Amino acid sequence: MMISGAEIVIRCLQEEKVDCVFGYPGGSVLHIYDALFKQDQVKHILVRHEQAAVHAADAYSRSSQRVGVALVTSGPGVTNTVTGIATAYMDSIPMVVLTGQVPSFYIGQDAFQECDTVGITRPCVKHNFLVKDVKDLAVTIKKAFHIASTGRPGPVVVDIPKDITAQMCEFDYPKTIQMRSYNPVVKGHLGQIKKAVQILQEAKRPIIYTGGGVILSDAAEQLTKLAHKLNFPVTNTLMGLGGYPATDKQFIGMLGMHGTFEANNAMHYADVILAVGARFDDRVIGNPEHFSEEKRRVIHIDIDPSSISKRVKVDVPIVGNVPDVLEELVKLMDGGFRTDPEVANWWKQIDEWRGRDSLRYKQSEHIMPQFVMEKLYEVTGGNAFVTSDVGQHQMFAAQYYKFDKPRRWINSGGLGTMGVGLPYGMGVLMANPDAQVACVTGEGSIQMCIQELSTCKQYGFPIKIINLNNGMLGMVRQWQEMFYSKRYSQSYVTSLPDFVKLAEAYGHVGMKIEKPEDVEPALRKAFTEHKDDLVFMDFIIDPVANVFPMVAAGKGLTEMILAEDL
Amino acid sequence: MLRHIISILIENESGALSRVAGLFSARGYNIESLTVAPTEDPSLSRMTILTSGSDEVLEQITKQLNKLVDVVKVVDLSEAAHVERELMLIKVRATGKDREEMKRMADIFRGRIIDVTESTYVIELTGASSKLDSFIAALDAGLILETVRTGVCGIGRGDRILKI
Repeated sequence: MMISGAEIVIRCLQEEKVDCVFGYPGGSVLHIYDALFKQDQVKHILVRHEQAAVHAADAYSRSSQRVGVALVTSGPGVTNTVTGIATAYMDSIPMVVLTGQVPSFYIGQDAFQECDTVGITRPCVKHNFLVKDVKDLAVTIKKAFHIASTGRPGPVVVDIPKDITAQMCEFDYPKTIQMRSYNPVVKGHLGQIKKAVQILQEAKRPIIYTGGGVILSDAAEQLTKLAHKLNFPVTNTLMGLGGYPATDKQFIGMLGMHGTFEANNAMHYADVILAVGARFDDRVIGNPEHFSEEKRRVIHIDIDPSSISKRVKVDVPIVGNVPDVLEELVKLMDGGFRTDPEVANWWKQIDEWRGRDSLRYKQSEHIMPQFVMEKLYEVTGGNAFVTSDVGQHQMFAAQYYKFDKPRRWINSGGLGTMGVGLPYGMGVLMANPDAQVACVTGEGSIQMCIQELSTCKQYGFPIKIINLNNGMLGMVRQWQEMFYSKRYSQSYVTSLPDFVKLAEAYGHVGMKIEKPEDVEPALRKAFTEHKDDLVFMDFIIDPVANVFPMVAAGKGLTEMILAEDL
Repeated sequence: MLRHIISILIENESGALSRVAGLFSARGYNIESLTVAPTEDPSLSRMTILTSGSDEVLEQITKQLNKLVDVVKVVDLSEAAHVERELMLIKVRATGKDREEMKRMADIFRGRIIDVTESTYVIELTGASSKLDSFIAALDAGLILETVRTGVCGIGRGDRILKI
């Protein structure tokens, strides 16, 4: 039976078991929206700005094992998605973005709402396509899902001219797809894995350093098993939080620019680093010259060969799917593996570092942001999905909310996109309808996608917005305080809206919390009495609270500024 | 900073060239020359890129190229025995005594004169890039009117074959 290109798009989504699409209609996608209207298998979430559609689709992926999908129109619809696509790309999030395009016979003529979608998105996608023939439409969408979700995942854009969506064609969705130019390696090289086992056996000061790859490949279980077998300390990157239970005694906290004293020291002075799905980025190892001063051996497991030996020389590269490689490691270790007895001394050293209690903070008469995070953790029993924006509040959430499970910590690590928190909450709730969702944000970030309060009302997303309001762009202010002699250039936000009234104007519940003793009761109220409501909680916090420990830009990982130093 | 010749087999699709060129500019790798044309199989293009960089940079270049979905194979030709050639068309002033001199220079370098007017020659010259450079250096700079070079293309010697 011949069906239209628009119907083919929807049928493809159904074949991919896509249950919801985040989008915004417009001229070039009207046929697709018409086809969407005629079915009820694929739900559509109408956002208020295309950027939010992509962020929500991104969080749908992050919080589940499925591929998020966004649908937008040509021209401004596409340009509005670029931030969201780049955000997903930097964090390797599988996502398919379907974009309308002007009719193919208009392309290149500066038609109304035309832009070079493939050109604009090329540097921030894993791959993109322009569909030129309706006969290629189904197979292109199949390829898009395949590419997005395999190997090192990433966003894929499929640009579909309007005339293609009107043309008729037989629908035949391929079950599998073979591409001669795309065959990501899955299985780790056994010889390399054997070498790794040998080195782990010889390690005297080992560390397991894991990142977002553990989350993306669903390897938390295998990682925990391996770590317990080895009894080595484990540190996570910002993207890797939840990949290893934060309440486990072997967990020494997040590392990097705002990592714990023990994690950064252990990373620096380790003689063997087992890096798993992490990429030694600048926020993690600080100054690379300083980092390379210590002699150590590095084993690096990653699905992407280009992540290996990119910033730090690796002795044993293992390219492969993380859970498979970890399982193989555990299997090999069953044959009489023994860790070096000196590891016990290493633990003593780590415990000494731990004794510095680098996350300790001073109480004041103001609400401390760290305190809000601790209470949020208690009130939600550590079970919430925490989405965050970007800035100090993001670091506080990462440091003080102890993530025991993967896919619970949803933030923009690589690109550092302010404004993702609220749409991320929407995406999480579409993938996990019964979840408790807290969006930790600040008065700067929240205003970057504030319009989505309207979407949340329309679909009843009961997100709890934890607005850590210090009237400052806190992280900017912190840097200006420390490195620009307190010249607070443009980091002070005046004319803030009354967030309580604003929330109420959108039909939600608003709360303003100004005293430390009110923090916990307010949170409890939000998560019980207002369980099914979106609650905007405006916490007026200490305006000068800073994030510590801190490794300043260009400094070495062990050259930390601690709260106690000031 | 060693000179490397990267050979790429890539799907012959629109946009494939810009993916490669975009990768080089986005990551700060340099391209000294780039040539591309379809192979005997019209669905595939062969691209040759002349670049330079440290071993670490070259390792990243080949890894990043391999990551591009359209790229089928990547080889660093300069890692082993290979031959390389570049074609140049050079238009020179050829009047009076220079006319005979130009002809002689072209002969010495085994170039061919492929277009003749009363006052100009177009000389075709093929060879390693260094040979083309020497030819240009050997001419009186004031007599060179225009040069066009294709950039390097190369192929492995003997059994070294880049094919799918």
